[in-house]
Amino acid sequence: MAEESAKMDIQSQGGVKLVTLADQKILDELSISEIGNKLNGLVAESKPPKIVINFANVTNMSSSALGMLITLHKRVREANGDLRLCNIQPSIEEVFKITRLNEVFDMKPSVDEAVDSIES
Amino acid sequence: MLLSKKVIQSDLEEARQLEEHVLETVQGCGYSDAEAFAIKLALEEALINAIKHGNRYDPDKTVTVCYDIEPDRVRFAVADEGPGFALCNVPDPTADENLERPCGRGIMLIRAYMDEVSYNEEGNELRMVKRRVEQG
Repeated sequence: MAEESAKMDIQSQGGVKLVTLADQKILDELSISEIGNKLNGLVAESKPPKIVINFANVTNMSSSALGMLITLHKRVREANGDLRLCNIQPSIEEVFKITRLNEVFDMKPSVDEAVDSIES
Repeated sequence: MLLSKKVIQSDLEEARQLEEHVLETVQGCGYSDAEAFAIKLALEEALINAIKHGNRYDPDKTVTVCYDIEPDRVRFAVADEGPGFALCNVPDPTADENLERPCGRGIMLIRAYMDEVSYNEEGNELRMVKRRVEQG
């Protein structure tokens, strides 16, 4: 069943929550706060949380968004869950590399590979 | 001399409107998508730092942005009314011990994406330059 908001679409694939960010720009603090709250809610309701975030529509990034993802990653890890990021466009991937966050996050080229890597 | 000057409140929506205006001008000057991405990212980080860390969202304080967008380079000066800071006191976000800290990457991204970055002595005015690379 799909759940939608202006900022994201959430679907269940087996035991995995697939979150597709709807905004091209997840830069501003209000959007980031809303997305972060929603994602933290997913962590709280799933035991253990298995979350894939699809970045296919995201063309801009900010340090605030990176901070939100880091906090989410910690919460997922504390709940013994899994988090994957996928479909990250080259310009956004560069931001992860510059900040070395590509070493922190598990990033996959596609949704299928991300979901499979959690379910297998 | 910087050609345009905007004074905005410590308000993220005003910052966003200014970013959009600047980006439209940049794209109209023929900058590549990668250059426009870099300029937008750096300006966003500079404005958020000024509003959030400099002015601490104080509605009585403003952010002054001077900019000059030319076909071969863009220049910005972003000044807040905070007390400033010393760059040497900002921890390196890529150090192993800081990798999972949720904040502290804005300045680093500005430095990575712009060609010249400097601060005034007080640390409350950021100046940055991005040069356009000629397309073959």
